[in-house]
Amino acid sequence: MSLDTLAVGTRGTVSGYAGDPPARLLELGLVPGTPVEVVRLAPLGDPMEIGVRGFYLSVRKAEAAAVLVEEV
Amino acid sequence: METAVRVRTVALAGNPNVGKTTLFNALTGATQKVANYPGVTVERVSGRLAGGDAGPVEVVDLPGTYSLHPKSVDERVAFDALAGRLPGEPAPDVVVCVVDATNLERNLYLVTQILDLGLPTVVALNMTDAAEAAGISVNAASLATWLGAPVVPVAAREGEGIDRLRRAVLDPPAPAAGVAWDVMPAVDAHVGPLADALAAEAPDLPPTRRRFEALGALTSDLLLEPWAAEAPAFHRAALDARQALADTSAPVGMAEMTGRYAWIGPVAQAVTTRTAAADERTLSDRIDAVVTHRVWGPLIFGAVLLVIFQAVFSWAVPAMDAIEWAMGLAGDGLRAALPDGVLEDVLVEGALTGVGNVLVFLPQILLLFFFLGLMEDTGYMARTAFIMDRAMRRVGLSGGSVVPMLSAYACAIPGIMAARTLADERDRIITIMVVPLQGCSARLPVYVLFIAAFIPAGSFLGVVGYQGLAMTSLYVLGTLMAFVAAWVLRRFVFKGEGSSFVMELPPYRMPQPRYLWRRMRDRARVFVVRAGKIIFGLSIVLWVLASYPKTDPPPALAAGVEAAEEAAARARQALVDIDLSGRAELQETERASIASALEAADAEALVAQNALAGWQVRNSYIGRFGRAIEPVMRPLGFDWKISAGIVASFAAREVIVSALATIYSAGADADEESLALRDAIQADTYPDGTPVFTPLVAVSLLVFFVFALQCMSTLAIARRELNSWLWPAVMWGYMFLLAYGFSFAIYQGGKLLGWG
Repeated sequence: MSLDTLAVGTRGTVSGYAGDPPARLLELGLVPGTPVEVVRLAPLGDPMEIGVRGFYLSVRKAEAAAVLVEEV
Repeated sequence: METAVRVRTVALAGNPNVGKTTLFNALTGATQKVANYPGVTVERVSGRLAGGDAGPVEVVDLPGTYSLHPKSVDERVAFDALAGRLPGEPAPDVVVCVVDATNLERNLYLVTQILDLGLPTVVALNMTDAAEAAGISVNAASLATWLGAPVVPVAAREGEGIDRLRRAVLDPPAPAAGVAWDVMPAVDAHVGPLADALAAEAPDLPPTRRRFEALGALTSDLLLEPWAAEAPAFHRAALDARQALADTSAPVGMAEMTGRYAWIGPVAQAVTTRTAAADERTLSDRIDAVVTHRVWGPLIFGAVLLVIFQAVFSWAVPAMDAIEWAMGLAGDGLRAALPDGVLEDVLVEGALTGVGNVLVFLPQILLLFFFLGLMEDTGYMARTAFIMDRAMRRVGLSGGSVVPMLSAYACAIPGIMAARTLADERDRIITIMVVPLQGCSARLPVYVLFIAAFIPAGSFLGVVGYQGLAMTSLYVLGTLMAFVAAWVLRRFVFKGEGSSFVMELPPYRMPQPRYLWRRMRDRARVFVVRAGKIIFGLSIVLWVLASYPKTDPPPALAAGVEAAEEAAARARQALVDIDLSGRAELQETERASIASALEAADAEALVAQNALAGWQVRNSYIGRFGRAIEPVMRPLGFDWKISAGIVASFAAREVIVSALATIYSAGADADEESLALRDAIQADTYPDGTPVFTPLVAVSLLVFFVFALQCMSTLAIARRELNSWLWPAVMWGYMFLLAYGFSFAIYQGGKLLGWG
């Protein structure tokens, strides 16, 4: 499944990519094998806040869709 | 070692939000100076290392960056500075890489990149106090071994470890050798040969730097581009390698990230010890649960905006009054000290009034920068972008445009500069293009003058004042049009979404008043100096244009003035005669009638003088010019005086107030609150007796000012930020068309409806 479909409050592990994720996401550490958590959605439902490697990021759902995760 | 290279320049590099600036301040004390990097408006903050005895050492605080593959203008400068690619600025002697101990993995990404550059590098392990509180402990000695570079634990806020860091910088380590991270084999097959190719053309570069450039050239156009001239063979080889990689569809784009993190992960694990406390929900989390809540989040954001506007428009008033009062005193003093004549008029009516019109905004600007700084320092700014991103995207902007748009309510210049943080170039251009439509403080005096003169003071249902309502609608109109313009630009010029918006939501932090104040002061100074220079010069030019050439007035006008002045003089003498005659019974009645005659004569003299002055202005350079362009502005309801004022105000909006004051000869202290100017505007008529200014004309003029780009500084800064004259020209053009079109529609439509 892709990161944007991960429910709020659940954790997953990055397993790969579908298409082109923004390079910045990878530079910030969203590489395969990294645990990631969906913390909350913005008031209008997009972007989403994710927790990764101990900090928090705002990511648009369209960009999160390019990151594949396995739910844990 | 005594033979060590003397350290002259130190660069501070690091991720955003790692306390880099706090550390910079701790290292340099109060010596910093703010300048611009050549060619871009990125601020170059530098200072002198405090407490060293090895001669002056310059410390430069580089813009925060997550990676040496630049994504924004800010990051580009950080990379260029470290790579020694800035004109006139060699690479630093020592790099201090600031690292957030609570966030080691992400920070180490940049550290490993910087180590690859092969410069003497010291790692400052910052926020050790915050890490401890969060139950995180980093073994600095072990980390130093892994990195092959000294690691100094510091807590910049508490001032801990600063001495040790200073010593480490002044006794610099050998150039970094880089860490041994592995690139995936498919990509590595190209990196090795490319690095060798570069060695032939740039033999001075350290081997790790050559590998860094080779890999960078495969993925980043920005990193490849400079080699086209410096190392053409390498440049060609890199392009060929890109093609070969594309043919095999190797995932070259992620090679560096996966490779570095594969090295970083185990290292971070090995040097970090976590206690149970680290897993607890932090205070930041709990604040965010409210501040970005579906219902509370937008409400809180709205309330914050309301407080800011309230502060800027009401709390600033006493200070603004005080400044006006002081400028009035200065004008009076100057008048008293100078002999009557041209010099006095130029200085008081032109320059002082003009500069006063700018200075009066200072309280508002300071307050606005205070609130923006507070939002930035606490970390709330990132949340506003998070909350607003979806809505902003609907109109073609991005969450990152919120800050520039807000800043522009003070002045378009900080607004345009704030757009630098937008990583996507198209987002940045669109934001810069629409930011000048936001109601800036230079429009304020124009709004105040015409609203006070033509909008009734009453209130709707006793609650909402008409004047306040008019003022608010002008601001709303500007912002709505900014959204429309952004939507059009996104829809037709910069098509498609595509823009990436990945943003860190940093933990909330307590702002530090000292730095907040320092930043307010620096930015306000830049604003005042820049605006003051333009206004000062322009006011003098305007005054000269309105005063010359001196032509002889028609005899009838001159005779009228003379006759009226004589009549007034006779009445005055008659009063004196009566008083001297001593006949008390006559005095009461006769005095009264002569006094009223005197009043009438004085008034007549004033009218005659005004007519003469009006004739003079009409035939001055500015008057001739105004009359020449009047046919173009006539359809908007503007006569030659307004037209001339508008043309003058294309240098800076607020100039129209002093321009109209000069044209109407309304006296020395004409500013937007001046009754004299307001009365003159209300009383002015065309030769056939119809008023020049009707409420309809005033509305047309106000709307013109909402849209038109009348600000040379904005154009100049936009040119610098966009590095082209094309976009500033387009900006000016579309805003002028909007202004002309809307004023035309309002005036002509209003006349059709019989309103004016």
